[in-house]
Amino acid sequence: MHDALRAQQITDRVWWVGAIDWDIRDFHGYMTGRGTTWNAYLILGDEPILIDTVKPSGKAEMMARIASIIDPASIRYVISNHTEMDHSGSLPDVVRAVRPAQLFASQMGAKGLPAHFDVGMEITPVKDLETLTLGGGTLTFVETRMVHWPDSMFTYFAEDQVLFSSDGFGMHLASQQRFADELPAEVLDQEAAKYFANILLLFSPQLTKLLDKVAGLNLPLKVIAPDHGPIFREGLGEVIGRYARWAEQKPTMKAVVLYDSMWDSTKLMAKAIGEGLAEGGADPRLLWARGCHRSHVMGELLDAGALLVGGPTLNNGLFPTLADHLTYMKGLRPRNLVGAAFGSYGWSGEAVKLIEETLAAMDVELVQEGLRVKWVPTADDLLRSRQLGLAVAQRMHEVCTTRNGAIHR
Amino acid sequence: MRNYVCQVCGYVYDPAVGDPDNGVPPGTAFEDLPDDWVCPVCGADKTEFAEE
Ligand SMILES: [Fe+2]
Ligand SMILES: [Fe+2]
Repeated sequence: MHDALRAQQITDRVWWVGAIDWDIRDFHGYMTGRGTTWNAYLILGDEPILIDTVKPSGKAEMMARIASIIDPASIRYVISNHTEMDHSGSLPDVVRAVRPAQLFASQMGAKGLPAHFDVGMEITPVKDLETLTLGGGTLTFVETRMVHWPDSMFTYFAEDQVLFSSDGFGMHLASQQRFADELPAEVLDQEAAKYFANILLLFSPQLTKLLDKVAGLNLPLKVIAPDHGPIFREGLGEVIGRYARWAEQKPTMKAVVLYDSMWDSTKLMAKAIGEGLAEGGADPRLLWARGCHRSHVMGELLDAGALLVGGPTLNNGLFPTLADHLTYMKGLRPRNLVGAAFGSYGWSGEAVKLIEETLAAMDVELVQEGLRVKWVPTADDLLRSRQLGLAVAQRMHEVCTTRNGAIHR
Repeated sequence: MRNYVCQVCGYVYDPAVGDPDNGVPPGTAFEDLPDDWVCPVCGADKTEFAEE
C-alpha cells in the first residue's frame, strides 16, 4: 500500500475507516479536551457495506482510508445509524461519489435525514429488530430511540459478532490506537463517564430499558464498535455494566460544590463547606464555575450524591457562569441528589433564592435553607458554612444507607 | 379534551390534531388512544405522558 491514511482491520471482515480529530476542543458546547474520532466502518463481504460516515471536516480522510483497501465505488450498501451530522454529514458526498444501491436508516432516520440535506437517493427505512442479509452478511437493526436521538439505532453484524453502537459506548478521545485495551484505563474511564454524563444522562430511563432489551436478544458479542473513540474487544460486560450503573445514578458520598465569587466571600464559604463535608465523611470536590467547563462539571456530578451551589448576587441576579452551568445541568436531569445553596451578597442578595429555585426544579433535595452572608463572612458565618457542609454530609449518609443499603464511594 | 406532553422528548399530543400518521384521527382524546400507542417522535408509551 502506498497510502498515507489507511483502513484498519478490526475483525475478519470489519475495517475502521473513520477520521481522527486531534484538534476539536468544542463539540456543540461539550469541551473535548482530548479531541475525538468520527468512526465509520466497512464490512467487506461479497459486497462492501459502509456503516455511518463522518463529520464533513473528516470526509477526505474517510474516503482516503476507504480507497486504501477498496474502490469506493464498489460500496453497495450504506447504513446510517444516526442522523446527527457528525455521522451523517458526509452522506450526500458519499452517495454522490459511491452511488450505492441502497441506503438504510431507522424509520425516524429516514424522516430526519432529508430534513438535514438533500441525501441524493431514496432511503430504505428498517424496522426495529429487522434482520437483512446484505452483501453476504447478516445484519440486525436495533432501534435505540432517544439514546440519544429519535433516529438512533444499533446495527449488529452476526458473522463477526460486532455491535455497531453509534454514539452508545462512545467517548471523545482522539488516539492513534483503535482499541480501548491499548489505552490507559484511567483516561478511558474519565472520558467514558464524561461522555455519558453530557450526552446520555437525561435518557437514563430509556437506556435502562434498552440495555434490558439488548440483553434479552442474547447476541453473542466479540466487539463493540462505537462512533466515537476506541473500539472494545475486551471486557465488554463491564463496558455495558457501567452504563447500567451510571443510568441508575445511585447516590454516593461524593459532593460537588460548584461556586463562583467576586471578592472571595462566597469562595471562603465554599471552602468552609468543603471542610464540613469532609468532617461528615463526604468527599468534596470544589469546582470554580468560571474555571471549569460545564461539561467537566457534569462529568464530576455523574457519580456524586450531593450538589451544593454558591454564588454572589450580581446586579440583583445570578452570576452569569452559574446561570450557564445550572441551565446545562438541569437539561441533563441528574437524579438522587441532596444539596443546598449559599452565597454572599452586598445589599439585595437574590442569588441564593434563584439557585435554590433551580435546584428544587432539578429535584435536588434541599437539606436546609440557603445560607446567605452579607458582605465578607465573619468567623461565625464560616462556622455556619462548615456546619452546612456537615449537615449535608449527614443527610448524604442517610440517603446512601437507606437507598443503597451501603455506602458507595 | 386536554393536551398531553411526552416527558421523554417533549412532543405534545393535541387531540384536535390526533396522530394521523399512525392511524389516530383528529378528535381522539388522549384517554381514548389505544394502550399500545407510542409517542410518534421517541417511541415512549402512554405512561410517559403527562397533562400539559
Ligand atoms: Fe449524536
Ligand atoms: Fe456522535
